Amino acid sequence: MIYPQRVDGLPKITGKALYVDDIPLNGVIHASTIRSSCAGGVVEELTFDPTFDWTPFVVVTAQDIPGLNAIKMLENDQPVLVDRVFRHAGEPLALLAHSDPCMLETALRHVHVRETPLAHPIFDIDEALGAESTIIPGNVYTDYLLNKGDVEQAQKNAECLIVERLLTPSQEQLYIEPQGMIAVLQEDGVLRIEGSMQCPYYVLDALEQCTGLDKNRLQVVQSTTGGAFGGKEDYPSMIACHAALLALKAGGLPVKLIYERGEDLRVTPKRHPSRSLVRLGANSEGELQFIDMDFAIDGGAYRTLSPVVLSRGVIHAPGPYRCANIRVRGRAVATNHPPFGAFRGFGAPQSIFALEVAMDRLAAKLNMDPAELRQKNLLHRGDVSPTGDLVGEDCFAQEILDEALRVSHYYERQDAFRVWNAAPHDTLRGIGLATFAHGAGFTGNGELYLASQVFLQAHADGQVEILCSNTEMGQGAATTLVQIAADALKLPLEQVHLAQTDTARVPNSGPTVASRTCMVVGDLIEKAAQRLLQKLRDEGGLAQTFTPAEFNAVCLRMQESGKDLLVSASYQPPVDMLWDEKSFTGRAYASYAWAAYIAEVEVDKLTLETRVLNFTAAQEIGHAVHPQIVQGQIEGGVVQGIGYALYENVLWNPFGVMANDRLTNYIIPTTADIGPLQIVLMEKGLGAGPKGAKGVGELPMDGPAPAIVNAIQQALKIDVAQIPAMPELLLDLSRAQRGSQCQ
Amino acid sequence: MSVKMQINGQEVQVQAPPASRLLDVLRVELGLKGAKEGCGEGECGACAVLVNGQVVNSCLIPLGQMDGAEIVTIEGVPGDSTLIQAFHDCAAAQCGICTPGMILAATALLAEHPQPTIDEIRWGLSGNLCRCTGYGRIYEAVTQASTGDTHG
Repeated sequence: MIYPQRVDGLPKITGKALYVDDIPLNGVIHASTIRSSCAGGVVEELTFDPTFDWTPFVVVTAQDIPGLNAIKMLENDQPVLVDRVFRHAGEPLALLAHSDPCMLETALRHVHVRETPLAHPIFDIDEALGAESTIIPGNVYTDYLLNKGDVEQAQKNAECLIVERLLTPSQEQLYIEPQGMIAVLQEDGVLRIEGSMQCPYYVLDALEQCTGLDKNRLQVVQSTTGGAFGGKEDYPSMIACHAALLALKAGGLPVKLIYERGEDLRVTPKRHPSRSLVRLGANSEGELQFIDMDFAIDGGAYRTLSPVVLSRGVIHAPGPYRCANIRVRGRAVATNHPPFGAFRGFGAPQSIFALEVAMDRLAAKLNMDPAELRQKNLLHRGDVSPTGDLVGEDCFAQEILDEALRVSHYYERQDAFRVWNAAPHDTLRGIGLATFAHGAGFTGNGELYLASQVFLQAHADGQVEILCSNTEMGQGAATTLVQIAADALKLPLEQVHLAQTDTARVPNSGPTVASRTCMVVGDLIEKAAQRLLQKLRDEGGLAQTFTPAEFNAVCLRMQESGKDLLVSASYQPPVDMLWDEKSFTGRAYASYAWAAYIAEVEVDKLTLETRVLNFTAAQEIGHAVHPQIVQGQIEGGVVQGIGYALYENVLWNPFGVMANDRLTNYIIPTTADIGPLQIVLMEKGLGAGPKGAKGVGELPMDGPAPAIVNAIQQALKIDVAQIPAMPELLLDLSRAQRGSQCQ
Repeated sequence: MSVKMQINGQEVQVQAPPASRLLDVLRVELGLKGAKEGCGEGECGACAVLVNGQVVNSCLIPLGQMDGAEIVTIEGVPGDSTLIQAFHDCAAAQCGICTPGMILAATALLAEHPQPTIDEIRWGLSGNLCRCTGYGRIYEAVTQASTGDTHG
């Protein structure tokens, strides 16, 4: 099958695409950030060595901020630059810029910061929950409760019960292009920001608040973005504000603020670490009687996006299972780590890991195959979902598990591995699975608040431009959006273009997150395309069926007669989308995608190194707009998930900052680790997006970690309650188990 | 010091301190921005170029060692080469920041193994990190470039 080639393909492959660090600039000055060293405390003194010549430098401190000294986010708690009190190491205190990067480095040695450190910084979730010293009252940013049925009562009747404590670490997005921004105060008085980002309107709002400038004096432009995965959702606002503050004092010179890899790793947000206490109860048949989870995530030192990450984690915690009694308490906890943020999956990979590993424990206790336990409990049409709404036609949990079991030869492999493990080999093999669903788009009423808008602009030559604020960052949005529009307009792909994401031109169609670009914005583009055709029919006499040449002729005629060729579409919530944020009941997402992932692993008996032998990722995604891009999204996500499961271990220094801040010691999967993966797509066409499409990008982050850990448990016959399942961890667990067997 | 090199078939003379990184010379002095800095310590391969046919990370190469060297950057790979076409056909570039380095690593791989096995591809590209693709589309692109087979 031939798919349209990616519209951004050739410039990237030939090295011609300009990323933020590649943009040619005249008279550029380079910027650097002076940061706190302690894990919270007070800046007593910030001294610029009086014997050093500061005249050729641009210097910015908190006193130079014309607007509000807070990053615009859910709450205005995070300063743009610390004035006095700070909450974590690596917080920005002051900014410096100079045309010569070497001079900049010299100058940094002439800035002296005297800090009084916080007496008892907190880095652990449970320590924060019990601590007397508090970062915020109670150290809890948000406390949610999903409560269905009666867990306490169900517990009395459960015949089989398990209790588990599960941990997931932080994870770095590790986009290969480090974060960076360019700011320039133009002659026309407009402050223009260009850089690597996911959400231009977040950046615009942050700039407006921090600079106090009117929005018509601010312009935000996205440069080619070298990966993001959530990591460029909120932090670009911080970097943009910093570059902007310098630019306001730089006399019209462009300011370039690009993070070196180590700085990027130390200060930008990563995946929230989590701690889950899970209790599951079943009857002797293996039917789930209750799910009870205490789910806590480390939010770090400021609130940022943690409440939204938490809500997604809570809603996904009960999994795709039918269960009358569910209680999930979720808390986002304050610590003195740098704030954690968005990363592909956004809270769901953490709670899904906890539940799916616990499900295997329950299966073991019931003496039941893990696949069979899931078969018994998966949601079907007509069931009531964990949030209390009726599961409709768009439910394929059972079908996708059956498909995954079939194509992976699950039961045959189980038998083969039993034989393998009984023979004197150097390795032990195991097969494990995870079943899950992922909701696409903003949670609950989020889309309603966003009220996204897109424009389509036709030109006199018949070319059509899509104007929206959603960004291409590698995931293929530029191609899929063009494809959706061209398809709806019945025009060749070459005639449709995605305009550069520039807030001076494009309307606010919301952030580029949670697969909402294809599903929600794609749907708006489809509607706008229908409106454009209607307009050309009504006002220009376009026939019902037409050739591109006829379309072009109508555009030209309308343009010449002074008629505009612009249409818009705005988000309208589906009628059955009712969500109560307070009680966590109703319909949480417009569509869920359904998946079953199966991992086959081999663990070396001597080194306890785990290798993934085969990986099957099966998912029902509604409709694949561009199957090749979908395949690439799933493969990429699965490999990030394999990294999360096996290699990626964020370590903390005594000040709560990432200690392994190099690519030498933060290990992500390479080609040496990853063979071909088996990707299975099921398309039932019932999703909320174009032609029934649903979200794809997050799903592959959810499943690999639990499937791999479950496979390791099958291979080694030990309980693994945390990731990454590195040899050191497996060694400790094996020793502990041997020790307990000897007693 | 003054260093003479062949870059993409052109004789180039550069005046710079011997410890200057080849990456900076290419990007800043010569305006060849296709080599990217991903880590600055030779781990990611985004800055990979060919030096005398070998794939190297240009962030680790001091200019002083480059006198007389033949260097190929992404700008020196013909736009209609089978490898570039295969990467395009297979959607092997997502965010694209690793792609120029990946193309040069694949060029070196195919020079050594014109018909590489999947294991040879995996070994040959193991110095180049990609965070987007999970490598699947890249394996397919390199295979397509070596065999001429096109498949979706």
